[in-house]
Amino acid sequence: MQQSNGYVITYTVILTLVCAIALALASLGLKPFQDANKELEKKQNILATVMTIKNREEVKDIYKKRVKSYVIDFNGKMLEGKVAEDIDVVAEYKKKAQERQLPIYEILSEDGSKSEYFVLPVYGFGLWNDIWGFVALKGDLNTINGVKFEHKGETPGLGARIATDEIQVRYKDKKIFEGENLASVIMAKGELGGGDASVEAFKGKDHEIDGMSGATITGKGLTAMLKDYLGCYEKFIKAKKAKS
Amino acid sequence: MAETAEKTAEVKPKDGLLSKKNRKLLIDPLDGNNPITVQVLGICSALAVTVQLEPALFMAAGVTIVTACSNVVISMLRNSIPSRIRIIVQLAIVSLWVILVDQILQAFFYDVSKKLSTYVGLIITNCIVMGRLEAYAMANKPWPSFLDGLGNGFGYGLILVIVAFFRELFGSGSLFGYKVFAAAGIPYMGNGLLMLPAGACIIVGIIIWVQRALNGYSEDH
Repeated sequence: MQQSNGYVITYTVILTLVCAIALALASLGLKPFQDANKELEKKQNILATVMTIKNREEVKDIYKKRVKSYVIDFNGKMLEGKVAEDIDVVAEYKKKAQERQLPIYEILSEDGSKSEYFVLPVYGFGLWNDIWGFVALKGDLNTINGVKFEHKGETPGLGARIATDEIQVRYKDKKIFEGENLASVIMAKGELGGGDASVEAFKGKDHEIDGMSGATITGKGLTAMLKDYLGCYEKFIKAKKAKS
Repeated sequence: MAETAEKTAEVKPKDGLLSKKNRKLLIDPLDGNNPITVQVLGICSALAVTVQLEPALFMAAGVTIVTACSNVVISMLRNSIPSRIRIIVQLAIVSLWVILVDQILQAFFYDVSKKLSTYVGLIITNCIVMGRLEAYAMANKPWPSFLDGLGNGFGYGLILVIVAFFRELFGSGSLFGYKVFAAAGIPYMGNGLLMLPAGACIIVGIIIWVQRALNGYSEDH
């Protein structure tokens, strides 16, 4: 059966409209749930740099009880009236380092008396696309307690390994300052065995970790991201250290 | 009397909701006409999402819902769809359902949706869905089309779950994330090959072999 062009065009228009309206309604209706999930995931990632999260339910409570968050600028000055959770790290990343608004998540001890960790968001570029994550510094604002990285499109099995524990655990107990200088942590080229062997091989080195075989450019991206963002927080950290 | 009553009874329920013909629609794709092992469709996602059982189950459910619902909609529209643009109409309907499934997963099963990542969106390209629309829904009533979609979804899901079972058990020594070997006290080192798509390919091959050895199916006839 051959239909007229008018029929075909009308049919297409109506079909498109119906589909578009259905999808728009679904998107509107589901957005609050999706946003809640994303927010919870962010909180979970922040907490995961300093503790093991057993289930998602407890994230909200722990976060509420133990996280004190605030926003600073490049000079380490507190920005009043800003909510750390609302800062769009992607938008800030695109600005010049000196103009960024920088959130800090301070994790208090169990009884809330002193701050145990400082969790800093970091954002950068890997091989194919954006990479980001959180770096948790211990109370001395020098030793890395843990990191959590994510990526948008690194190669599975190569650069995408930055999202695994195997790579992230290599950052544990590394130092970001060498005396007064911000040395950050550099990822080496090549890989010495992977797994525990990699951690062991770089044990004596405070500012270097083992690389990822086949993912040198992602590794360089990690190194640059840490250097860039720790640099942003440098003035704040130094001022804080001088005070204590 | 008895005879006439029997006769009318025979004629009347010519197509009950689950008549023999309709049951065949559901059961056939599980074995004799399985979309993966017999028609060899949808292999890509079968290799990609079967590292663990949980995402495999959700993927199976996703494909089943999309196939069944798209089949129903296309079947209802089948007499009005202009034949010149029928493939585009089918694609639009499939995409509609796929996006809905994706959005719902993101809202209520966030972890699973992250694990499945792009593969939910890629249900659109799954040949099983389009294949059923062209081969069945365009020429049949909504209810049988729905059953046909369900059946093919189940047939796909069955293979997915079998593959995922072996891959998770022998690849990482667990089932649904529960460490089976560790719980039984057996030291077990995961088989790295099964974690890779190549391992899935081998398992699918073995399943096809076993199935054909059992039911004697061959490409020749």
